[in-house]
Amino acid sequence: MSDTDDRQEQAKLAQLIVSTLSLNLRPSDIDVDAPLFGEGLGLDSIDILEISLAVSQTYGVKLRSDDERNVSIFSSLRALNTHIQQHRVR
Amino acid sequence: MEQLPFLRHESLDAVLAYRGGRPVTVGRFLADSAALATALPPCSAVVNTCADRYLFAVGLAAALLRRRTTLLLPARVTGHWEEIAQRYPGHCEISDAGIDAGIDGTPMQQVLAGGPERVATLTLQDFAFPGDQAAVIAFTSGTTGRQMPHPKSWGSLVRSTRAVGKIFGIERLGSAAILGTVPHQHMYGLESALLLATQNKSAFDADRPFYPGDVLARLEALPRPRILVTTPIHLRSLVADAGSAPPADLLISATAPLSPQLAAAAELRFKAPLREIYGCSECGQIAHRRTVRAAEWECLEGFRLRQDERGTLVTGAWTSEETLLADTIELLSPARFLLHGRTADLVNIAGKRTSLFHLDYHLNAIEGVLDGIFYMPDEAADSVTRLAAYVVGAPGVTPEFVIDRLRRSIDAAFLPRPLRFVETLPRDANGKVTRAALRDLATPTPGRTP
Repeated sequence: MSDTDDRQEQAKLAQLIVSTLSLNLRPSDIDVDAPLFGEGLGLDSIDILEISLAVSQTYGVKLRSDDERNVSIFSSLRALNTHIQQHRVR
Repeated sequence: MEQLPFLRHESLDAVLAYRGGRPVTVGRFLADSAALATALPPCSAVVNTCADRYLFAVGLAAALLRRRTTLLLPARVTGHWEEIAQRYPGHCEISDAGIDAGIDGTPMQQVLAGGPERVATLTLQDFAFPGDQAAVIAFTSGTTGRQMPHPKSWGSLVRSTRAVGKIFGIERLGSAAILGTVPHQHMYGLESALLLATQNKSAFDADRPFYPGDVLARLEALPRPRILVTTPIHLRSLVADAGSAPPADLLISATAPLSPQLAAAAELRFKAPLREIYGCSECGQIAHRRTVRAAEWECLEGFRLRQDERGTLVTGAWTSEETLLADTIELLSPARFLLHGRTADLVNIAGKRTSLFHLDYHLNAIEGVLDGIFYMPDEAADSVTRLAAYVVGAPGVTPEFVIDRLRRSIDAAFLPRPLRFVETLPRDANGKVTRAALRDLATPTPGRTP
């Protein structure tokens, strides 16, 4: 996948997160390398559940906590997008 | 004083828990609890932060054996932890890692290894405690900045979970397995994901799965009959999850009322009846309903409600005194009622409770916040509604700074979303900000970018 494709998919995911959680910011405001949880975007476990639902419905990717990469998946928008692109079925 | 058992199981070989998919027997549990009780250092109270529900149960039984009260504090993630812990000097901490891990810690494995040789000398009768023994203390955010303690006697926990078990027919199901998605350091999780099993000859799963995929997989791995103890938030994601769901035998939900639509969808998906529990930290479990059948709630045996100018008060059963409920209630009879949302000042997000007064206090305590107010938009059924906040900031103060400071003083679930800076708050002639004015602020005028 080219860098341009990556950026486009990251932008789509950012849009999905912003609309799912009714965040008061522009998708482009999300730093692709900042943590989604806690300090960075400040999301909590309820948000993670909401995002996992939206990701499952949009991409057909089901997040699991016994997935060894789980902690790193939510480490940033870039990491979440990479995981989705590797496992998407639609 | 009547002695009330920790377990109702009749055999040491009965399965009490499933840990990592493997069954754990009653005998093993008694041995582990006795070993931990022996290893516990002299202490005034026990803080039990175990995430593993089996270890939590072992810690709770050990504390009861040593006549010590367990403080229901989850992992040290919230700012309240230190404040509460300081109020109980001389307490010790049991965590998944062991006793007082990190200080002069004894690893949990080493503690529990002392168990097996004791098992021959132990009987189920050794694990019965007086009804008036102080068992646990739950905490909620009061209307002031301090966390309010809610002590529970062993008798109130036992009677409450026995009563619900009887109404829900848990024992009739026969050796059920209970899977909970809720934390056991919360009253609902303690009562329904753990004690409901121990008090009704059932087993509990030590795991607390989070993602829908994990919940479904854990549920499927449990033998039937199986019970899922969960919340509207989890149910919504479980119902929306594509693919098939393993059948269950009972679904239990609490923390916020479910819509009849979601309740019906959940019943269809899991081919099981869904029952809701209504309760509060002060009184524990108060009422129940089968959501698809009736909107009204029916009190558990012995509870009575009455209303006066203060609101709705509850008495009876295992509550020691009359308690004012924080919800707007329509009484149909002293034991039947309809819920019409929460009273104005109260905020409940995903089972975590606080007041707007408390939140406003912390917001305005931040340096650089000249004026500030929280606003709870009208809640939509089954989804989580988040708070908003409006702030008049001193020059140079940013929203990021305010959020960062708030994060130190309030639970993350209450962080405002959005936090918006305004030039002034819409105060009326009396200096009050009305809900209507806040609603106008929250709804941007069409044609204008906020």
